[in-house]
Amino acid sequence: MTDAAETQPDQRPRQQTDWMGPQMQKRIAGRYASEQRFKLLGLAAVTISALFLAFLLFVMVGNGAQGFISTEASLTVDLPAATGGVTPDELRGNRLRATMSSIDIRRIYDTAVETQYGEDGARFFAGNAWTRLRDQLTRNPELVSKRAVFWLPTSSDIDRAAKEGSTPKAEADYQQLQAAGDVRSVFNMGFLRNSDGTDPTQVGIWGAFKGSLITMVITLVLAFPIGVLAAVYLEEYAPKNRLTDIIEVSINNLAAVPSIIFGLLGLAVFLQVLALPRSAALVGGLTLALMTMPVIVIASRNAIKAVPPSIREAALGVGASPIQVVFHHVLPLAIPGIMTGTIIGMARALGETAPLLMIGMRAFTTTPPQGITDPATVLPVQIFLWSDEVNRGFVEKTSAAIIVLLIFLLTMNAFAVYLRNRFEKRW
Amino acid sequence: MTSTAVIFMIFGLGLFTWVYARSRANRFLLAGGQNVNSLPSYHGWYAALWAVIPAVAFVVLWTAIAPALGSFAVLDNPLAASLPDDPFARAAILAEARLLSRNPDLKVFSDAAQQLAPLYKAADSRYAMIGGLAAFLLCFAGGAYAFTRIKPDFRARSRVERVVMLTLLLASLIAILATLGIVASLIFETIRFFGMVSPFEFLFGLDWTPSTDVVDGKATGDFGAVPLFWGTVFIGAIIAMSIAIPFGLMSAIYLTQYASVNTRKWMKPILEILAGVPTVVYGYFAALTVAPALRSFAAMIGVPNASSESALAAGLVMGVMIIPFVSSMADDSITAVPASMRDGSLAMGATKSETIKKVLIPAALPGVVGGVLLAVSRAIGETMIVVMAAGLAANLTANPFASVTTVTTQIVQLLTGDNDFDSPMTLAAFALGLTLFVVTLLLNLVALQIVKKYREAYD
Repeated sequence: MTDAAETQPDQRPRQQTDWMGPQMQKRIAGRYASEQRFKLLGLAAVTISALFLAFLLFVMVGNGAQGFISTEASLTVDLPAATGGVTPDELRGNRLRATMSSIDIRRIYDTAVETQYGEDGARFFAGNAWTRLRDQLTRNPELVSKRAVFWLPTSSDIDRAAKEGSTPKAEADYQQLQAAGDVRSVFNMGFLRNSDGTDPTQVGIWGAFKGSLITMVITLVLAFPIGVLAAVYLEEYAPKNRLTDIIEVSINNLAAVPSIIFGLLGLAVFLQVLALPRSAALVGGLTLALMTMPVIVIASRNAIKAVPPSIREAALGVGASPIQVVFHHVLPLAIPGIMTGTIIGMARALGETAPLLMIGMRAFTTTPPQGITDPATVLPVQIFLWSDEVNRGFVEKTSAAIIVLLIFLLTMNAFAVYLRNRFEKRW
Repeated sequence: MTSTAVIFMIFGLGLFTWVYARSRANRFLLAGGQNVNSLPSYHGWYAALWAVIPAVAFVVLWTAIAPALGSFAVLDNPLAASLPDDPFARAAILAEARLLSRNPDLKVFSDAAQQLAPLYKAADSRYAMIGGLAAFLLCFAGGAYAFTRIKPDFRARSRVERVVMLTLLLASLIAILATLGIVASLIFETIRFFGMVSPFEFLFGLDWTPSTDVVDGKATGDFGAVPLFWGTVFIGAIIAMSIAIPFGLMSAIYLTQYASVNTRKWMKPILEILAGVPTVVYGYFAALTVAPALRSFAAMIGVPNASSESALAAGLVMGVMIIPFVSSMADDSITAVPASMRDGSLAMGATKSETIKKVLIPAALPGVVGGVLLAVSRAIGETMIVVMAAGLAANLTANPFASVTTVTTQIVQLLTGDNDFDSPMTLAAFALGLTLFVVTLLLNLVALQIVKKYREAYD
């Protein structure tokens, strides 16, 4: 009995709803339409997000594909005449150096350019094209005894005229070269082999890549053992006390701290207090290790937690000590999960830029770092530095470097997903 | 003999000790009969730890104090009597002499350093020799002591396990050390900054024109950070969230409620790729593609003074970056709503969308709000997108097409180049960093609290 029924006993029986009537049909149709609209809205949200990713990749690939291509122009050099009859043997072994200093390649190059392309011909070639002539000659000394054709990198203007359009003068130059068949486009090996530079046609990512590699190794060597051991302690042994609480809060807090704060820490502690070398991969690795460690701790804890207690009890039951239980039984079972978390953490560290800017890993170095204390830069910072360049030629190089970075990150992430699917057991 | 070489040799000896002690312990097993407490390898580890740990600890300590011992030896020499009394000049000459002793090709300016260098060389090599010998002695003594203890009933395992446990504890303590390092470095530099600029001016001042000039210990530049705070909130919490919340939430709803298993299997990783793209790539994309497009759009609809570095460009791209973050948080909290609530609503005749809007979302709301707060904390700490796309002008404007600057942009700006730790500009970066740290920390704490409370309600 409801109150309403008691107070209004003489109410007429409620009229039965006419479910098939036009009013109700209309209302139902409206509800279904709204259902459809809502569903489409959700689909649109997912699709637009995915399209944005596709657009981003499309723009990067569109801009960057050109970065892997370099434009070369031919230069015919009559070497026997220019060198005064140097024989190939004089360019071999330990005689190379003496011969090279006697024949003045730079002058030979200048003369050949002037002969083939006229007074102002040097504008077609990159500033250091003559070093490529020297390198090709060193690699293939046979050339010195004949009139040889060399393919040398063009200037940035011609390169851009070949790819996307440039100043009218450069366009005309390019047309002229093309008409004579003196220009070609080849895969830019230099982009993978060279380091930073000032001429966009000559720069490469090897230096930054090597810097990234060294930094990542330091990060992994520091963060992985510390992270896994801390996770083991917290998950398996830590007594419930004040200290454990503080450790847990610290780790969760570190995982949420913006990355730039780690850069400030690196600057104040590693550079200012400990006086470690600025711009070095060592400091970058230390900073990123602090940033990656909490990620590894959290992933490892989840992986350890997922190992069922029956395993531990069985091991304890046959007489294993608590340490043996963990190191002989729990950890081997948790390794796939730990690896997945580690790879994801490392991928994040590999793409990180801001903290490394803080500790000065933006060194302009034209040679790759040789050790952990050499000034170095890393791929993401190199991308940032190139993106700031005024020269339009750097746009394609920036995008090309982004493509390389993305390939690495996607491979790492895909590998992590593969590991998870392949090895992780559901208990 | 360098300390690195000594450490390597000690580890070699440790390996030898391990093998030898293990084979010795193996004999008990082969002899059989008695009650053997530990496996042979534990005896090996026990002996190796005794051989390595004290010796390595000594080498580390010795490396720290040997230079000082060397200096004392040099100062005791009659040649050092001619050094100036001024402690600074004296220290400078000594430092120069030491560098010279290590690298004879070095050019030095003072004759005193030239004279003292051989002394340094002799003293340093003498102390390195003493240290190396002592380390080896310790190594042998430790190993020998451990050998004498190898007996069938010796509890080698529990000793070794105690060391392992200590290592685990030390590894966990590094997290505390890192947190303390962050807090200490930020607070220490911020206090120095507030010695030059009043905290009140910093937190409530409306003008941001930093400069390095200091007059009478007070900075002359304007360090009012309100335009920075506004820029950060405008880009990270307003523009980015107005993209990330609807898209993230609707994506989560679609993927959890409507999408087929196959679609979900493919779309979820694709959305997660968005979160895995490095921020420098987003920044470049914002600066190269989005910002120019928005600028011409603004010019088309007649917005005056549209800047090529607009708040909108940075905010939009940041919003897209945050979508997967919001989406996965919302996903978690929607799936955590008990199925009985959803089934009940569907059984009453509600359509799916009505169930979602009137049952699932209200029930999942605390989790979603917590997720959004975490997303905000990530957005305001985000650096590269704003550095590359948002600009440097500290404007206090609500025009999304104008250029604004953020806390993180200014930190990068202030700390680029040489850092002089006495300049108010460098110190201001640390004050901004502390503000950012405190705000993100609070946001995270509040968000986690909300999420936790809500989880308890249904478990």
